[in-house]
Amino acid sequence: MRIVAENLSYVYSEKSKTLAVQALKGVSLTVESGEFFGIVGKTGSGKSTFVQHLNGLIRVGKDKGSLKVGEFDLTDKKCDYMALRAKVGMVFQYPEYQLFAETVSDDVGFGLKNFMPELSEKEREERIKTAVELVGLDYEKIKEKSPFELSGGQKRRVAIAGVIVTRPEILVLDEPAAGLDPQGRREFIELLHKLHQGFVKTIIIVSHDMNLISENCGRAAVFSGGKIVAVGTPAEIFSEEYDGVREGLDLPVTEYVTRALKRAGITLSSDLTVKGFIAAAENAAAKSAEKREGTAAGRARGGTGEEE
Amino acid sequence: MKDVTFGQYYPADSFVHRMDARIKILLSIAFIVAVFLVKSYRFTGFAACLLFVLIATAAAKVPFTRVLSSIKAIIIFVIISAILQILFNRSGTPLWEGGFITDEGLLSAGFIVARILLVVIGASLLTLTTSPVELADGIESLLKPLKVIKFPVHEFALIMSIALRFIPTLLDETDRIVKAQKARGADFESGNVFKRAKALVPVLIPLLISSFRRADELADAMDARCYAGSKNRTKYKKMRLTWRDLIGTLFIAALITGIVFINIYLTV
Repeated sequence: MRIVAENLSYVYSEKSKTLAVQALKGVSLTVESGEFFGIVGKTGSGKSTFVQHLNGLIRVGKDKGSLKVGEFDLTDKKCDYMALRAKVGMVFQYPEYQLFAETVSDDVGFGLKNFMPELSEKEREERIKTAVELVGLDYEKIKEKSPFELSGGQKRRVAIAGVIVTRPEILVLDEPAAGLDPQGRREFIELLHKLHQGFVKTIIIVSHDMNLISENCGRAAVFSGGKIVAVGTPAEIFSEEYDGVREGLDLPVTEYVTRALKRAGITLSSDLTVKGFIAAAENAAAKSAEKREGTAAGRARGGTGEEE
Repeated sequence: MKDVTFGQYYPADSFVHRMDARIKILLSIAFIVAVFLVKSYRFTGFAACLLFVLIATAAAKVPFTRVLSSIKAIIIFVIISAILQILFNRSGTPLWEGGFITDEGLLSAGFIVARILLVVIGASLLTLTTSPVELADGIESLLKPLKVIKFPVHEFALIMSIALRFIPTLLDETDRIVKAQKARGADFESGNVFKRAKALVPVLIPLLISSFRRADELADAMDARCYAGSKNRTKYKKMRLTWRDLIGTLFIAALITGIVFINIYLTV
């Protein structure tokens, strides 16, 4: 499912003169099916507002631009939001705070009950089991447990299972790694890639962590003041060209090092992933070693010539 | 959900804003008493009250539309009481031959509407010009005499201010949880009353749990800063009576005297 937003605008509390805040000011963005897409920007830059449009949690206002998600036209009043939400899963910050049911299997099955009430008991259980196992938990062990007995990391996994249980084609995650320890983070990102290779075609991830973006996303957009100020590969949006518009955002560590090396006279060009960066560095090191050998040999030759 | 304005404080630097919160609370009560003092159908008394409200609003530098918007919440209640008065007041003479609407019905309807509106406007002038924290401090100070009968005045005021403080937080939280459950297909808009009430369970349970978590965290934070109740506790802002409070009091006294005179000497 392709996402096409054109000139999308949104104003909070539009009717009030004093409280009105224009959160989006004409955002145009296309995300192709199959992308691992990142969204970065300061707090209040409009990224959450944009993302909440994608499954109709925030409706597109009249004359506020257009938005299409796959075959769904969100400007159309007759848009089937239930069908849309089954296709576009959304994981909010601290998703474990939305758990409510008595047992893990009831909680994970909440979305199924709402979106696909026609499923038989057996099919439903089968799907819940798949989702729980997909997030790396032992279904038989925890299905009858209360979600509130679980550890923090397990709770978050259960919450995510509750979103992916409907097999969404697009998965939107708002700052999903917040509050996880390093190992939890690593496992979580592995889970995202696993999902991306499976039924989830497109992943859109909102994050303040530039390393996470540069390491995992094929493309990313920078939001600032309700507008998109840069779109492209991580190497493009973190390049010096956009330093003026990225105001206040960090760079990935790899980009910091690249810049420091550049000041020292060494130019590296990589995709800013750790792997790519190391490869580029090795490459440059090999080249300069070659060069040094060449000049050393030349100097040796020249030296002898002078002596003669 | 976000449009709910609670504690509609209108920040400004004015004569009324600078008045002592305790005096403002007492004067608001005095104003309500004044409104109820007005005898039946002495509309001049209400005119005096209205004049008072207008002067107070001007002195408070609050836009009059803000004062009027406080009426919105009770307008249906006002309309219903007016209609009931008009339909069921049988005393007085009918407006037309055999009609059931009497002149006295209309008069009493107008009287009740004026009374309710003035009381609400008076009370909202208090909340518009006094921040919730000042209000809680004021109530605490006014309730101090109850300490004699072992009423936990300070704790009571603390509970009030914490409750006020957390209303916007809980509204935000509710908004977030509603969105998260909607994303999972929860439907809050269709179905009958029972269905809708049941649909709220996935919102209320997480909300309840997070409230407990917040209460726990708040208690820890207060403990960490050595909070130990009202004993030996001083206030950052000391409440002091000033000349403004004297003028305000005289003003109300004038209003009440005026109303008493109207009640005695005037017939309309």
